[in-house]
Amino acid sequence: MITDQELDILINELYESYGYDFSGYSKASFKRRVDRLYQLDGFTNFQSFLSKIIDDSDYFSRMVEEITVNITEMFRDPHFYRILRTEILPVLATKPFIRIWHAGCSTGEEVYSVAILLKEANLLEKALLYATDISPPVLEVARKGVFPLRMMKQYSENYMASGGKKDFSHYYTANYGLAKFGEDLSSRMVFSQHNLVSDRSFNEFDLILCRNVLIYFDKELQERALHLFDDSLAKLGYLALGTKETIKFTSMQKRYKQLEKEKIWRKTH
Amino acid sequence: MEKDTLISNCKILIIGGSAGSLDVLIKILPHLDIPSFALVIVLHRKHTEDNTLEELIAAKSIIPLKEVEDKVEILPGYIYIAPSDYHLLFEKNNLLSLDTSEKVNYSRPSIDVAFESVADAYGKAVVGVLLSGANADGTDGLIAIKNAGGIIIVQQPETADMPFMPSHAVQNTSPDFIVDIPALLDLIKRINS
Ligand SMILES: C[S@@+](CC[C@H](N)C(=O)[O-])C[C@H]1O[C@@H](n2cnc3c(N)ncnc32)[C@H](O)[C@@H]1O
Repeated sequence: MITDQELDILINELYESYGYDFSGYSKASFKRRVDRLYQLDGFTNFQSFLSKIIDDSDYFSRMVEEITVNITEMFRDPHFYRILRTEILPVLATKPFIRIWHAGCSTGEEVYSVAILLKEANLLEKALLYATDISPPVLEVARKGVFPLRMMKQYSENYMASGGKKDFSHYYTANYGLAKFGEDLSSRMVFSQHNLVSDRSFNEFDLILCRNVLIYFDKELQERALHLFDDSLAKLGYLALGTKETIKFTSMQKRYKQLEKEKIWRKTH
Repeated sequence: MEKDTLISNCKILIIGGSAGSLDVLIKILPHLDIPSFALVIVLHRKHTEDNTLEELIAAKSIIPLKEVEDKVEILPGYIYIAPSDYHLLFEKNNLLSLDTSEKVNYSRPSIDVAFESVADAYGKAVVGVLLSGANADGTDGLIAIKNAGGIIIVQQPETADMPFMPSHAVQNTSPDFIVDIPALLDLIKRINS
């Protein structure tokens, strides 16, 4: 197992060589991910692992992809999507344009799910979904809108549990074990690389989703990311986090009103 | 087991279990006073959004339950339950972290993941208990706790509804104690006393 000291050396070298700063990541989770990669790729000494990462930028990309957790689903936590459908979209519907930011979108399942909700509410044509992630390979998958067909049964159940009434299979075409989602959905999406550690606000949004990303950060970095969202939210805009994440205990909290027990906060001023 | 064995300097008592383990907890919890350590429970649970497990455990114990969210502080005298669909991790600054990475042993939360992490963060201040279950989860975690200097306790397989998990641990680790339910209760009561 990698020691804490080796982990610090690695974090330092990643910053020096590639400009990626992982010092604000949750140590417990980051260490576990690095250890997993180290073992997966059969390294037996830390020095050779470190040299490989520093000398081989392709391996560095693999590392970023592997240490970040990319697991996601469509309509993950159906209850959350039900609230979006019934409480949030009707409010956004009154606006001439709707701008949404998915921060840490991974392979895009969340973005396609929200696009489906927008379409069903007849709001998709006036909406733009900006979807960003630190890791280019996941964005590449997201852009294509092609997901494994074997997942569709569960996604369809999630969709129905979120209040969806259509036949879910209308949203994709099945081919060779893959489900390709319609271009009517993807044409309203913009994907780009954005690092919540170091990049700035790039637009103003009515709704920001950042779900199951902050859990990988320590409290200071969480605070930084939350301020970035604060700077990027329009007045009366909404911020949606994962089911176990919160803005409680941050300085922003007093300017936000939580939607009952949901992990959704509205910017009041 | 010696009658007067004493486990001291425990900061975290962590209990892992799967099928058949909830019954054990329900038998033990009503008899425990507010402890001088944190009590962490990691059970294999269904992927659902409800809180029935939390409610059930809260109803059986006078020890207050702290809701587990990302980066909550871990304090003595409280119960913490790993939420469904997240792995539970321990930071070295007394905070809990959650993680949605791949299932381990078909489980999230996985007992191995929580045990390995608590061992890394708290070393010999950990007492790990593995209860009934039908899966191999927990064994590697117990090994990690033991290697870090902690104490490991396994439910006597014959007293478990599902003996596979404790048997697997007994065969592959060197438990400090292998106990039935009354003896487990007795041991826990005497931690730090
Ligand atoms: C578990 S996924 C969350 C996916 C989706 N939001 C969901 O809830 O299902 C976490 C994502 O955060 C991304 N991520 C990690 N660090 C990041 C950073 N510094 N900036 C932007 N994205 C980051 C990872 O690449 C990964 O795709």
